[in-house]
Amino acid sequence: MPDRNTLVHIYTTMVRIRTFEEKVEELFLAGKIPGFVHLYIGEEAVASGVCASLEHSDYIVSTHRGHGHCIAKGASPRRMMAEILGKSSGYCKGKGGSMHIADFSVGMLGANGVVGGGFNIAVGAALSAKMRRSGQVAVCFFGDGASNRGTFHEALNMASVFDLPCVFVCEHNQYASTTPATYSVSVRDVADRAVGYGIPGVTVDGNDVLAVYEAAREAIDRARRGGGPTLLEAKTYRIKGHFVGDPEKYRDRSEVERWKAKCPILRFEERLLAEGVLADAEMEAIKAAARREILEAVSFAEESPYPDPDDAFSDLYVSDAQGEGCGR
Amino acid sequence: MREITFSQATLEAMAEEMRRDPTVFVLGEDIARQGGIFGQFKGLPDEFGYERVLDTPISETAIVGAAVGAALTGMRPVADMHFADFVTCAMDEIANQAAKIQYMFGGQARLPLVVRAPDGVIKSAAAQHSQSLEAWFVHVPGLKIVIPSTPYDAKGLLKAAIRDDNPVLYFEHKALFAMKGPVPEEEYLVPIGKADVKRPGRDVTCVTYSIMVHRALEAAEDLARDGIEVEVVDLRTLVPMDIDTVLQSVRKTKKVVVAHEACRRGGAGAEIAATIAEEAFDYLDAPVVRVGTLDVPIPFSPPLEARVVPRKKEIVEAVRKIV
Ligand SMILES: Cc1ncc(C[n+]2csc(CCOP(=O)(O)OP(=O)(O)O)c2C)c(N)n1
Ligand SMILES: [Mg+2]
Repeated sequence: MPDRNTLVHIYTTMVRIRTFEEKVEELFLAGKIPGFVHLYIGEEAVASGVCASLEHSDYIVSTHRGHGHCIAKGASPRRMMAEILGKSSGYCKGKGGSMHIADFSVGMLGANGVVGGGFNIAVGAALSAKMRRSGQVAVCFFGDGASNRGTFHEALNMASVFDLPCVFVCEHNQYASTTPATYSVSVRDVADRAVGYGIPGVTVDGNDVLAVYEAAREAIDRARRGGGPTLLEAKTYRIKGHFVGDPEKYRDRSEVERWKAKCPILRFEERLLAEGVLADAEMEAIKAAARREILEAVSFAEESPYPDPDDAFSDLYVSDAQGEGCGR
Repeated sequence: MREITFSQATLEAMAEEMRRDPTVFVLGEDIARQGGIFGQFKGLPDEFGYERVLDTPISETAIVGAAVGAALTGMRPVADMHFADFVTCAMDEIANQAAKIQYMFGGQARLPLVVRAPDGVIKSAAAQHSQSLEAWFVHVPGLKIVIPSTPYDAKGLLKAAIRDDNPVLYFEHKALFAMKGPVPEEEYLVPIGKADVKRPGRDVTCVTYSIMVHRALEAAEDLARDGIEVEVVDLRTLVPMDIDTVLQSVRKTKKVVVAHEACRRGGAGAEIAATIAEEAFDYLDAPVVRVGTLDVPIPFSPPLEARVVPRKKEIVEAVRKIV
C-alpha cells in the first residue's frame, strides 16, 4: 500500500476527474460546448493510478479521451474548461477544443484527434529524455482500438530496440467507438503483444486503482532506471457513450450496469474506509472541494471572452514576424 | 422527382453496384454494425452480409493496402476513411502504391478501387477532423479525383467511380450528407470528367466544387439582385478536369472566381487558375481571383472557425472585386 498522502492524492484526482467530466457532459447537453467530447467516466483509475508515480517533469501523451490524463498530470481544470468552451483563456486559446488540449508546462504533450497518433511522439519524448540523460519517463495513453494501428507496432519495436524510458498504457475499455475489442483485436489481452517486441507486458484490473498504481510504478521505475519500455494494459470500461450524444446501439444497458457496479471510485472508497485511511466525512469534503473547484472552473470559462476572430492567424509559426500575413 | 439525401444517394449507389457486381465490397471502421457515422452505409449488410460490408480494426494502412491488393486480384473494393483526415495514415498505400501500380508495371495491372473520404468543415470539429485534402491527390498522377456537390451527382459519380478501372478518390463533404435533392428512381451514371453548369450567367464565372457550389449559388442569388449574373461551374471531378466547360464559360464572361473550401495556398484552385491563364489569357478582363480557407489549420472556437472558412460572403466579395 502506498502511503496515506499518496492514497489521498489518488482518490482526490479520481474525484476531480469524475466531477469535471460530469460537468462537461452537462454543459455539452446544454449546448454550451462546440464540437464533440469524449468522456473518461469509469476510467479514472487508469490516469490517476499511473500519473501518481510520475514526476512533474515526466511526459504524457494523450488521446481524444484526454481530460482525465490532463487533470492527473496536473493541468488546470479552469484552463481546460475554458478551452473546451472555445474561450481565449483556454490552454490553446480556443484553437484546439476538447480533443486537442495540451499543457506543456506540466509535461502533457497533447491530446490527439488521430487515433494512434501519439505512440511515436511518446517514443520521441523518451528518446530525447534518454539522449539528454534527464531521467524523465514518457507515458503514452492509448485505447484498445489504437493498438490496431501500425503506429503502435512501430513504436513498441523502436522503444524496445533503443531501450527507451517509455511506458505504453493501454486503456482497454472494451470498445473502439462502436466496435467491440472482441471483434477487432486479435488477442484477448493487448499486453500479449509485448511478446512480439521483447518487452514486459502486464494486464491489470483497470478499475482497481491500486493495482494500476503498483503495476505503473514498477514500469515507470524500470524505465527510469534504464530498463526499457513496458506495455501496461488496464482493463476498464467506458460508462458513457463514445462521445456525448452517442446512441449506443452496440451494447446492452445490462452490460453498462454491470460495469457501473464496478465503479473504480466506489471500489476505492470502500477500500479507503476499510483500511481506515479516510472516513466518510473526509471523502465528502474531498468531493465538495472538487465540486467547488469545477464550478469555479466553469465560471472562469464562461466569463472568459471568445478569442478575437483575427487570433485565428497567430501561432502558426514561432515568431510573429515570420507568421505575419501567412494566413491571409 | 423524389428528393433524397446525399447520404441516401450514396447508399443507393453502393447497393446498386453491389447487386450488379458481386466483386464490389466495402471495408472500413464502424460501417457495417453502425452504418457509418453519417448513416451512409445503413442497412447494407442486411442485403449483402458482413463479408461484403466489412467492419475493420482501426487500421487505415491495412484498409487501403488491402483494398489495393484485392483490386489487383479481381475484386472492386470501396475503402472508407471515416474522416478524410485519416487518409494521411494510408498515404504510402495511395500515393506510392495505388497511384503507381498500373503505370510502373507497364499496364499489366488494373486497380479498380475507390477510397471514400468524408471531408470539410463541420461545426467545430477542429484541426484534425475538418480538412479538405483533395489538392494533395491532384498532384499525384495515376489517381482520379471525384468531389460531388449534390445527391444526384453523388449517386451517379459513385456508381461511375466503382465501375472505373482506376483508383478513384471520392471526397464527400460532411455537411452535405444530410442535404436533400432530386434523384430519379431509374438508374443513371454521371461520367467522371464532366463539369456541370449549375447556374448560367453572363458576367462572372465561378469555378467551384463540393460544398462551395452551394455557397456560390447563394452568392449568385444575392448578386443577381444587383444585376450581376454569375455562372456557377461545378467541376464535379478534379482529375480528369473538364477544362473545356470552364474555358467556354470564361470566354463568355471574361472574369473568373475560383472557390473551394480547402486552403487557398497550393489548392486545386491554383491549378484551375493557372490553366485558365494559359488557355484563355486573351479573354480575361480581370485577374483570376481565388477564394479558399485562409492558410491556417481549422481552429476549434466558433469565431475563429468562422473567420477562416469561406462562405457566401467571401464569394460575393471576390465577385465584386472584379466586376
Ligand atoms: C486514425 C483514426 N482513425 C479513426 C478515427 C475515428 N475514431 C475516433 S475515436 C475511435 C475509437 C478509438 O478507440 P480506442 O482506441 O479504443 O479508444 P477509446 O475511444 O475507446 O478510448 C475512432 C475509430 C480517428 N480519430 N483516427
Ligand atoms: Mg477503447
